[in-house]
Amino acid sequence: MTKKPSRAEPTPRSAVNDDIGEDLRLRMYRMQIELREAEQRAYDLFLQNLVKGTSHLSLGQEAVATGFAAAMRPRDLSFCTYRGHAHTLARGVPVEKVLGELMQRDNGLMRGKGGSMHLTSVDHGVMGSYAIIGAHLPIACGAALRAQYKGDDDVAVCFFGDGTTNIGAFHEALNFAAVWKLPVIFVCENNLYMEYTPIGDVTAVEHPAGDRAAAYGLERIVIDGNDADVVYRTARDAYARARAGKGPSLIECLTYRHSGHSRADPAKYRPEGELEKWKERDPIKIYRARLKQFGIGDDVIARIDAETKAMIDAATEACKKAPNPPADILTTDVYADGGWAWRN
Amino acid sequence: MAELTYRDAVARGIAQEMTRDPDVIFFGEDVAKAGGVFKATVGLYEQFGPKRVRDTPISEQAILGAAMGAAMTGLKPIAEIMFSDFFAVCFDYIANEFPKSRYMSNGQLKCPLVVRTGNGAGSRFGAQHSQSIENWAMMIPGLKVVAPSTPRDVIGLMAAAVRDPDPVIFFEHKSLYPVKGEVPDGEIVDTLGSAKIVRPGRDATILALALMVPRALAAAEKLESEHGLDVEVIDVRSLVPLDTRTILGSVARTHRLFTVEENPRLCGWGAEIVSIVADEAFYELDGPPVRITTPHVPLPAADILEDMILPTVDRIADTVRRSLSA
Repeated sequence: MTKKPSRAEPTPRSAVNDDIGEDLRLRMYRMQIELREAEQRAYDLFLQNLVKGTSHLSLGQEAVATGFAAAMRPRDLSFCTYRGHAHTLARGVPVEKVLGELMQRDNGLMRGKGGSMHLTSVDHGVMGSYAIIGAHLPIACGAALRAQYKGDDDVAVCFFGDGTTNIGAFHEALNFAAVWKLPVIFVCENNLYMEYTPIGDVTAVEHPAGDRAAAYGLERIVIDGNDADVVYRTARDAYARARAGKGPSLIECLTYRHSGHSRADPAKYRPEGELEKWKERDPIKIYRARLKQFGIGDDVIARIDAETKAMIDAATEACKKAPNPPADILTTDVYADGGWAWRN
Repeated sequence: MAELTYRDAVARGIAQEMTRDPDVIFFGEDVAKAGGVFKATVGLYEQFGPKRVRDTPISEQAILGAAMGAAMTGLKPIAEIMFSDFFAVCFDYIANEFPKSRYMSNGQLKCPLVVRTGNGAGSRFGAQHSQSIENWAMMIPGLKVVAPSTPRDVIGLMAAAVRDPDPVIFFEHKSLYPVKGEVPDGEIVDTLGSAKIVRPGRDATILALALMVPRALAAAEKLESEHGLDVEVIDVRSLVPLDTRTILGSVARTHRLFTVEENPRLCGWGAEIVSIVADEAFYELDGPPVRITTPHVPLPAADILEDMILPTVDRIADTVRRSLSA
């Protein structure tokens, strides 16, 4: 933002100039709105049969992706799950590229070869979205091992859900990273449900990530994952720790997904009133109140909302016009020579 | 020229590549300070230090996942899975992650790594530490798969695997570790995807891999001395890429095909080759292609039983002789 936004009411300088500051707050608000609107658009397009296959939305979980992305440097690397649209967009990947992939068009991020669950944009540091639970935690360790070995100062961050904490790869990766003091951050988005089953019904401890940290000599960190400021500050500390050679962090972010596990899930298993209760703590709602608290006017917020919606409308139209992927990419990029030849 | 064991060739092959390229690192269970449970990596830790040669916890998923993450961001890792049977506990990386990342990302991600592993029977370890699982790897698009049978090939194919931009599964045969062979001095670099005619012949073609190569050669000697048959033996060496040109060329000369496979029968590597030959060289054949395999059973532990179940020199020779005289 180059233009100073108008303010509805006077604000103490100390509040505006806190450790986050107005520019970053406005960027984090804009990002959360982008994630919300893009995911909502993906859902709408699914209902029109324009988004194919499956999709796992992050509606309600926008603050986690936003807070972490805001704390990253451009060369830091993100490893995401099948619920990875938000984390991919948060690194700056254009909405059109993501929606195009969800719609399985030729303008998609991977031209339709990966689909919703495998969003990847190496240019933006998004080193893949992994659809096998837990698989990417060890992979993130490997990226961190390379950084440590080469003396690079980038940090790998790995996002995953609460359900991941009960698979072996989670525990293998945590131990591996702790033993080798790797610059990697493990971020558990605890949205209370592994898929359809409440995580508490199938986990021996109350906090599926936080309560496991001690087993790997790590600090127990459980935070409000719906407040982007809290997420950002926690992420900032974890990045500083990793860059200082102090090893990995495991962060449990408490959040809630407003939609079902995937497009096939109407989420009827939720107790009555639970969704409504969490919507009171909607990250967008929290952040709008935060902006106002720091003196940012409704007009500024409304403008960001409108600009974001217009951008997503334009992206949607571009995707609708985009052609299907051509048959000639079916056999490309199986091997590094660009082709698929397995014999001479 | 020096005589070297297959075991020592592993260490020499890795050392050759680590000396050449500082981005090559090596890790696995007990591989560094202990020099590996098969003593195939002795001296690497001392030569290259703890940063490049590392002992890991018993965490096969972490080992392969870390290798992948390091590979996709610029290193050239060599990871060891101690026994190939353990692929079953980290198969996600072998089947879902290494080979699909490039394709799914439309070419954005790379995965240049080597997984080396102790494969095959002969150690009397029973059904979970003795399998030949090269066919598990062969069936996955995106992987490359090699299995050397001599010390020289260990070094040359290791170099080719490390320098290759794709994920390569490198099967070392446990029963070959003590076997000696001539190895030239200096750098050795081979080519993936090239089979080798290790014994030329006119009457039949025998394809073999790893431990089955010396057995096929011994069977060929026997067939010549006892029955006057002149049998060609091809060391397939590389299942992916597969050198079908050499195989089809041999069949065109001998008109008979035999495969000797240590893997259990169903979907063994020879089945694929037989199907290719049937498709493309059917009219070259003077008789049915014959697969000589381990029967479709788990492997027994007892030495006497294990020796009976793998293809033996006698079984290979008898099968070829009977088939050719039928």
